[in-house]
Amino acid sequence: MGQITLQKVTKSFGDVEVIPPLDLEIKDGEFTVFVGPSGCGKSTLLRLIAGLEDITSGHISIDGNDATDIPPAKRGLAMVFQSYALYPHMSVRKNIAFPMRMAKMDQAEQDRRIEQAAAALNLTDYLDRRPGQLSGGQRQRVAIGRAIVREPAAFLFDEPLSNLDAALRVGMRMEISELHKKLATTMIYVTHDQVEAMTMADKIVVLRAGHIEQVGSPLELYRNPRNTFVAGFIGSPKMNLIEGEEAVKNGGHTLGIRPEHIDVSATEGQWQGTVGVAEHLGSDTFFHVHQTGLTDTITVRAPGEVSFRHGDTIYMTPRTEQLHRFDDKGLRIA
Amino acid sequence: MATKASRSAARVMMAPAVVLLLGWMLVPLIMTLWFSFRTYLPLRGGDQGWTGFDNYVRFVTSSSFWPAISTTLVLLIGVLTITIVFGILLAILLDQPMWGQGVVRILVIAPFFVMPTVSALVWKNIFMDPTNGLLAHLWRFFGAESVSWLSDAPMVSLIMIVSWQWLPFATLILLTAIQSLDGEQMEAAEMDGASVLSRFFYIALPHLSRAITIVILIQTIFLLAIFAEIFVTTGGAFGTRTLSYLIFQRVLESQNIGLGSAGGVYAIILANIVAIFLMRIVGKNLD
Repeated sequence: MGQITLQKVTKSFGDVEVIPPLDLEIKDGEFTVFVGPSGCGKSTLLRLIAGLEDITSGHISIDGNDATDIPPAKRGLAMVFQSYALYPHMSVRKNIAFPMRMAKMDQAEQDRRIEQAAAALNLTDYLDRRPGQLSGGQRQRVAIGRAIVREPAAFLFDEPLSNLDAALRVGMRMEISELHKKLATTMIYVTHDQVEAMTMADKIVVLRAGHIEQVGSPLELYRNPRNTFVAGFIGSPKMNLIEGEEAVKNGGHTLGIRPEHIDVSATEGQWQGTVGVAEHLGSDTFFHVHQTGLTDTITVRAPGEVSFRHGDTIYMTPRTEQLHRFDDKGLRIA
Repeated sequence: MATKASRSAARVMMAPAVVLLLGWMLVPLIMTLWFSFRTYLPLRGGDQGWTGFDNYVRFVTSSSFWPAISTTLVLLIGVLTITIVFGILLAILLDQPMWGQGVVRILVIAPFFVMPTVSALVWKNIFMDPTNGLLAHLWRFFGAESVSWLSDAPMVSLIMIVSWQWLPFATLILLTAIQSLDGEQMEAAEMDGASVLSRFFYIALPHLSRAITIVILIQTIFLLAIFAEIFVTTGGAFGTRTLSYLIFQRVLESQNIGLGSAGGVYAIILANIVAIFLMRIVGKNLD
């Protein structure tokens, strides 16, 4: 079980209110991702749930029990830190055993859980090494192993992949997703990387300056961003946001169109511009188009290999059914 | 860039310092070795030629040798224990955010800047004096009989004085070590259910182990050579004669340079054994 409810939770550091009153419900077994730019309060929110920071007002309940004043160790949550926070003087085995040792668990049961976790995380050969002798990915797995053996109500991940290189990050992303499918335990995952959020989450919580901007499944957020912030944050490359005459003509203050929802042509189209940088990825090509008269740069995605070059004139046609319209406060017009 | 020319230029420029250092160390060392094999009584006939290992045998078979060794060890272990235990506690205390942190830290370090002779005299005359000392006043205030510290509890007094001098050093080194402890590790341990005491013993103390060995190593080397504190307080009486003080007495009070030099050679050997032993521990801790 791992149902977490936040009611009117606030957090202030001195006079600075980092989290204004915030309500959130995380269902049992759900993979929830907190995403937002740095400094948006997502890590603080996670630490509030963990109990490492005291909340200024409001209530946190875990599985229906008020956990607001319960110390972190008693909340039944396990946390994986950005720096892994392994104990450098202990072997991998002792690191993983540490929470069980603190709980004075039976030695045979400890060994059983260590073996199980090590097998699940491919750590069996490294149990007697020190963390200093492991690679980044292995350390990450030890940190996860230390969390698993506690059989917590929920796992909390604080940007766990940001210290890994790109290839390893993709691999670990899969491993954590698979772990979630296997354990079916609630997981809360903090990241600033919207790709991680989109690929792993059951539910994404987009945060800005402590406010929840939108909560929903990855595709809901992709299809129906509630405002221009979410529209710009979710999706890669970013959605083009166009203001002015063209937007008014389409019935909004701001017009949003994703790069993948624009068709390009060398001869005719609704908008005209000059190709700036062209990024050829093989599977896709991204063009940064200037001098459109709409906004500084419009990003366009063309599938496959398309041979426009720097300085070429390009014609673009947005797919009308994929246009997003926002009012002057940045909110979506339904 | 290390070209041939720059390397030889570097050697030439280092040479004076190296020669000076070698001379500084080697001349006294060789003179000590030389005198330790001779009968040399400045007031009773001067240098009277070779005696072989006589001085060495006489030094260790003297009835004051083993008491001096045990006094040295008691002093060493006492001061190390006090400075490390209180050093850790003080370092943890000073690591807490508080008002006037900078001033407090400087005050804590201050005793280290007082020269040993002065601090021993301050302790002897201002604190431990049986009639006018602060401690005597304090004792009498509570109706107790004042203690004549330096004659009734000479070793305790000596350990107190020396610990007072070395506590700042230990605190300073341990404080920097505590500050380098990763905060997330402590939080992880907290999440893992470790109590405050468990966090100290399982996480903080192992993290400090390297700093503690460094404190032990450096303090041991200096504590083996303690002299001024004994000279101005007890003058080696009441069982406070350490090895280095015994050597001093052999040379200056007994006017026997040969015998004192032999003791000096023993002290060198002892210090090196300790140093090698401790260096290996430090080396093992530097993974």
